[in-house]
Amino acid sequence: MSTSARYWREIPQRYRYEGAKCKGCGEISFPPRIVCKSCGGREFDTVELAKQGKLLTHTVIRVGPSQFADQTPYAVGVAELDDGVRLTAQIADVDFDELKVGMPVKLEFRKVRDEGEAGIICYGYKFVPVR
Amino acid sequence: MAGIIGYGAYIPRNRIKVEEIAKVWGADAPSYKKGLMLREKSVPSPDQDVITMSVEATRSALTRCGIDAKKIGAVYIGSESHPYAVKPSGTVVAEAIGATPDCHCVDFEFACKAGSEAMFVCMGLVDAGAIEYGLAIGADTSQGAPGDALEYSAAAGAAAYIIGKDDGVAKMLATHSFMTDTPDFWRREYMHYPRHAGRFTGEPAYFKHVTGCANALLEKTNSKPSDYAYAVFHQPNGKFPMRVGKMLGFTKEQIEPGWLAPTLGNTYSGSSPMGLTATLDVAKPGDKIFMVSYGSGAGSDGFVFEVTDALPKMREKAPFTRTLLDENKVYIDYGTYTKYRGKIRKGE
Repeated sequence: MSTSARYWREIPQRYRYEGAKCKGCGEISFPPRIVCKSCGGREFDTVELAKQGKLLTHTVIRVGPSQFADQTPYAVGVAELDDGVRLTAQIADVDFDELKVGMPVKLEFRKVRDEGEAGIICYGYKFVPVR
Repeated sequence: MAGIIGYGAYIPRNRIKVEEIAKVWGADAPSYKKGLMLREKSVPSPDQDVITMSVEATRSALTRCGIDAKKIGAVYIGSESHPYAVKPSGTVVAEAIGATPDCHCVDFEFACKAGSEAMFVCMGLVDAGAIEYGLAIGADTSQGAPGDALEYSAAAGAAAYIIGKDDGVAKMLATHSFMTDTPDFWRREYMHYPRHAGRFTGEPAYFKHVTGCANALLEKTNSKPSDYAYAVFHQPNGKFPMRVGKMLGFTKEQIEPGWLAPTLGNTYSGSSPMGLTATLDVAKPGDKIFMVSYGSGAGSDGFVFEVTDALPKMREKAPFTRTLLDENKVYIDYGTYTKYRGKIRKGE
């Protein structure tokens, strides 16, 4: 089954990194939430996430889920962006022995996966090291 | 009069050397290196394509000029390797930069000159007052058939230009297009690799159209090669742009700053637009730049630019094209290259 509709719904986050900043307490939710998890506020401004941050943790996936099997081995990490938001993403353009907690990374627009040769191509963000 | 408001380039970090390709096919690397004036070429990773490179090049262009992407009224991507056969590349790029929904969008295709076409059309729409800003991109992840001469040059890269009615960083003083029906290079529907007519791609194709366009543009602007600080020509390899420049009366020094092919390869629709980004990275206010693209089929678009005082300060805000080309690169072997480029037939 095609995931076109689900993919399309997530475009603001996957393409433009849009989060929701709570008008009450300033907490940024990514992806956006209906109720702020910190103060319960229900009004938000749309903000773009910071494009750079530091790696908090990382791992290397050697046996991936079927949709990512062709990409193994690949690195995945959690980074804290400069605005405090924590984000999980693949880490591209990296030699695995380069991976280090605290390593500066930036967000780059990449192909995340596709639905086979005839399906849609899903784009989004990945981390790449800041060199 | 239209001008370049912002510009950016993107190059994947993978490189493959001419020797690595030649050894697989039993070819003589030194004669290819000398004959084509090529040493290595860029290769996209499996997660990079025309759309991803276009987004990154455009983000650099937007960082440089700082305009609101909502004011971009047209998004045109020129490429012969659009990821979809049916579905525009431009919609993804426009959505990613935040230019949707009040925006015109078309994907262009004209072999290697689709990027300069996009620039040409944006310039016309801006001059006509139909749009405030237009985004023109030339990008390709070109493929050459395994063992073919094209395999040594077909490379990946992108250049993006934001064109507006202000002078910006470079005024677009004049343009000229020159084209005939010349079957020198083509790819039929469902074919994976393009075909070309060997040496026929030279004199009656590349050289005729580039010189035809350049001479008409020089005449139109009542100028001569020595009036220009820099010249950029389409770079199917390292040799052709230098040779055509000499034929027209330009010097090696005028061409060299934008001469990327020896270590980049031919980025097709990105080729001369990327050469222009590297030239803008070094040009001084008042410098005039002469540019002529070439696309098989065949035709050339020519432009005359004049650099403004705004360029030196603005260009520092994003990576220089030479930095992208020379730093942070990794060399891959032929096996990795064939995997990355989808040349290996796998089990069902």
